[in-house]
Amino acid sequence: MPRIYSLAALIVVWALAAALVQSRLLPGPLTIGATILADIRSGELPFQMSCTLGRVISSFAIAMILGIIAGYAMGRSKAVDRYADSWLIVLINMPALVTIIFAYIWIGLNETAAILAVAINKLPNVIVVIREGARALDPELDEMAKAFQFTWFSRIRHVVIPQLAPYLAASSRSGLSIVWKIVLVVELIGRPNGVGFVLGSAFSLFDMAKILSYAISFIVLMLVIESFLVQPLERRAIRWRRRPA
Amino acid sequence: MNDAQSAGDAAPLELRIDAKTFLSADGTPVEVVCGLKLRLEAGSFGALIGPSGCGKTTILRIAAGLDPDFQGQLRTPGSGRLGIVFQEPRLLPWRTVEENIRLALPARDAAVDLTELVEILGLGSHLTRYPGELSLGLARRAAIARAFAARPDFLLLDEPFVSLDEAVAARLRNELLALTTRTKVTTLFVTHNLAEAIQLADHLFFLSDRPTRIIAEKSLPPPRGTRSRDVITSIGDEMRMLVSQAATDAGGG
Repeated sequence: MPRIYSLAALIVVWALAAALVQSRLLPGPLTIGATILADIRSGELPFQMSCTLGRVISSFAIAMILGIIAGYAMGRSKAVDRYADSWLIVLINMPALVTIIFAYIWIGLNETAAILAVAINKLPNVIVVIREGARALDPELDEMAKAFQFTWFSRIRHVVIPQLAPYLAASSRSGLSIVWKIVLVVELIGRPNGVGFVLGSAFSLFDMAKILSYAISFIVLMLVIESFLVQPLERRAIRWRRRPA
Repeated sequence: MNDAQSAGDAAPLELRIDAKTFLSADGTPVEVVCGLKLRLEAGSFGALIGPSGCGKTTILRIAAGLDPDFQGQLRTPGSGRLGIVFQEPRLLPWRTVEENIRLALPARDAAVDLTELVEILGLGSHLTRYPGELSLGLARRAAIARAFAARPDFLLLDEPFVSLDEAVAARLRNELLALTTRTKVTTLFVTHNLAEAIQLADHLFFLSDRPTRIIAEKSLPPPRGTRSRDVITSIGDEMRMLVSQAATDAGGG
């Protein structure tokens, strides 16, 4: 409930400010609502959003899968960690823009380059978080699994993944938000469609209504994904914990 | 439960540890076990008794095959299928009691009927609960059920009754006695409680301080479990004499 009040308050402030300024550069909530509806009807908004969402999902999936494997290996083996750590530091400190430009120049202005560039930007963050999780794995449970001859698969599924669950949740949460921000940059620089592309062309026309309506629509979409997909999954993963009285 | 499952043709459990060293924090090797030889007949119940910190857990981990880094030899009975009860219950907190027990089963037994086992251990009404919702006594029972559910060829127990109140510990001892008698599984039990060892075991092994070895052995006349309090006390006194004698001999020689 407080969440709804605070959102409503934000919209009221916005409407007041727009009414006071009376400028093309700050359209009010009603104007934006009308623009969004019109673009949904014309099919423009759903198309651009699905382009962006597709890129978000693919690069997120690639970053998570590679990051989990690498992070787990680095957390479990000191030797791997020692060798891969300097690579990781390079990767962490690489500006997103540099990775994007490299990808576009080496691979070409295409979908592969776009998705890969985003995935590589997100990757080190996943590795760092999962490595911490892998380091914190309980050796006693590991021993128990060994003594009872757990298969490789049930060890991963019943012993390792539940312990990594909080780390997986943390990295996928921060991951989703980082990824979609970078996807917009990638689209702005080198893609002929997607929300980032639309924002870029709207910027050159100073079309604030368009910029605001696309930005807000996408934020709403990510909020929906967060609360209807990420949070329920997280709740399921921690259902064994005792609820506070 | 199949009573004959792990008895019969099983070979004895044999463990020989010539040397086992740990590296201490400053890098110097510390010898914890030295020249220990242990042989436990198939189907019998052996107890390892020794002072705290004498390396009992180390020996048990070696017997469980969890620590291959020692000089010596380990021969496990049967197919080597192990049931183990650690000092702490070591249940998976994110799985229910029943899932915890079933996960320890070999794949071919995954759907086996556990009713009888959980009834003996009084776990019947707790199967769907998570370990975090159990008392320590119940969690220990779940750990014992898990060890037996796997129908092990040999069973290792590492002080499974410490930090329980005496009434609960006594009940659990009786349950353990019933289960081991019925499955005739070869069992090695670690404890520092002499009375407990005399009540449960057929064969006692007394351990020295570090570096640990066996300073005295004693076979107890069957049957187990029916020894009265007086008998336990008198055997206990006798054993204490024997052990202190052996300890002085070892110190002098």
